[in-house]
Amino acid sequence: MSETIKGLTTDRMILNMGPQHPATHGTLRLVLELEGEKVVKAEPHIGYLHSGFEKLGEYKTYNQWITLSDRMNYLSPLCNNIGFAQAVEKLIGLEIPERAKYIRVILAELSRIADHLVWMGTHALDIGAMTAFLYGFEAREWLYDLFEHTTGARLTTSYTRVGGFLKDVPEDFEELVKQFIKKFPKVLKQLHGLLTRNRIWMDRIRGIGYLSKEDAINYGVTGPVLRGSGIDYDVRKNFPYLIYDRLDFEIPVCDDGDVYSRYLVRMEEMAQSLKITEQCIKDFPDGPVNVADEKYKLPEKEKVYHTIEGLIHHFKNVMPGHGFPVPAGEIYDATEAPNGELGFYLVSDGTNKPIRLRVRPPSFVNFAPFDVLMRGNMVSDAVAILGSLNIIAGELDR
Amino acid sequence: MVKIETIRQKISAKFSQASLTEEPDMPTVSVSKKDFPELMAFLKNDSDLSFDYLTDVTGVDYLKQEREPRFDIVYHLYSFKNNQRLRVKLGVSGEDLDVPTMSELWKAALWLEREAFEMFGFNFVGHPDLRRLLLPDVFDGFPLRKDYPLRGRGERDVVLDLK
Repeated sequence: MSETIKGLTTDRMILNMGPQHPATHGTLRLVLELEGEKVVKAEPHIGYLHSGFEKLGEYKTYNQWITLSDRMNYLSPLCNNIGFAQAVEKLIGLEIPERAKYIRVILAELSRIADHLVWMGTHALDIGAMTAFLYGFEAREWLYDLFEHTTGARLTTSYTRVGGFLKDVPEDFEELVKQFIKKFPKVLKQLHGLLTRNRIWMDRIRGIGYLSKEDAINYGVTGPVLRGSGIDYDVRKNFPYLIYDRLDFEIPVCDDGDVYSRYLVRMEEMAQSLKITEQCIKDFPDGPVNVADEKYKLPEKEKVYHTIEGLIHHFKNVMPGHGFPVPAGEIYDATEAPNGELGFYLVSDGTNKPIRLRVRPPSFVNFAPFDVLMRGNMVSDAVAILGSLNIIAGELDR
Repeated sequence: MVKIETIRQKISAKFSQASLTEEPDMPTVSVSKKDFPELMAFLKNDSDLSFDYLTDVTGVDYLKQEREPRFDIVYHLYSFKNNQRLRVKLGVSGEDLDVPTMSELWKAALWLEREAFEMFGFNFVGHPDLRRLLLPDVFDGFPLRKDYPLRGRGERDVVLDLK
């Protein structure tokens, strides 16, 4: 018991938020210890969506697991597809064709925009700014139409394969991306107009959820949370993959370390992603999207019906218990997903299935310092701080 | 930038038993349990190396390879100063699962070690809060071990029995 005002005593109270709460976006539970309205301790309880993806990975062939990677970060499934396929390719030593690299960069950056739009919309909605949500979701819908047209699915895309893609992009892909590039800057300007210098918005989120530079490094957070604390680290710049070393873009960094600075970083990232997409579509090359080696891709139907090699390769690729072998060895390969560093650690013993498939999920690591972020803030800030981390429960629990 | 050769020299000067190999993705240090805590502190605090960032902690079970020690605990480190990654592998035998915690050096290990504990059963000695994280508190067994079946051993019933 602690005395606050003369004659008035307060007790510490335990408040349970979740597992089902409109502002937690997925099932996770927060146990907040309150003194008055101040949070003195916050403890996340996670695991409600644990699906054993890593265990399943040891029983599935490499291409089969790609369908599971969709279900991790379901706001940007293409980034997961790309990250996993790339890790396996590096372990085998496959070099994918130029066109495939361009497509991967374009899709990854468009996914980043789509992911950030959902984050922005729901983050604003949780705090009470409903208009921005509607504007953001309209633009996200354009992207999802584009993804559906390209991959065949809005959410469970499963578009990449080891060594390339399921199929080439449709003929009007370039045109559709160009249309989006033309339309999107206006939306981004509207969103900035609605929120960035909005007095209520700034009063609401400035100075809360502070994460210092030292804590950010010590807790190992990545992505916009790390850059929002003033550290310039992005896998795309520090360990360039695909064609990122040839592209001209900047990494936004903000020093304040609060919710508002994470907001600014993510908003600027959308503009940078658009810039990357624009450069890619300008010199979008022709050519194949899969590696030539038929061990790693489904052969043309013509070959399957008329040649014995084609038939063998076809069956080797699709029959249960087969699938291409991956040379023994191990690899850690990371890509920059919308939430931060998405790493895959694979250990292979030379067969068609890995003996260990580890996902290093950005959401999981970013969520660990939640207690540090919450201490001393109000209960009502919990939703704002949670929103600024953009926790995706599927990836958090795997 | 620090060269891999420099890392090798620095490590072998202090820890004669640790060996550094160059894997395609990053240099890898294999270390025995005796040297492990000092090596990690050295890697973090040495001003030239300064591996101040812990990216990942996980385990690998080599039961089917019949290897001794049975487990590896794999730490992925990163140095902001040198833009260099490093993998540290610690062999752990199935009989002695006690491992010193790294959560005092890197707080990132707090949750990552909890996950490694519930999935493989490593006992991180000195960890302030070694409870299960993703799995229910009453869960029995360590699901990412190779002798644990994919379809489980009836834990669902255990959870349902909770009143």
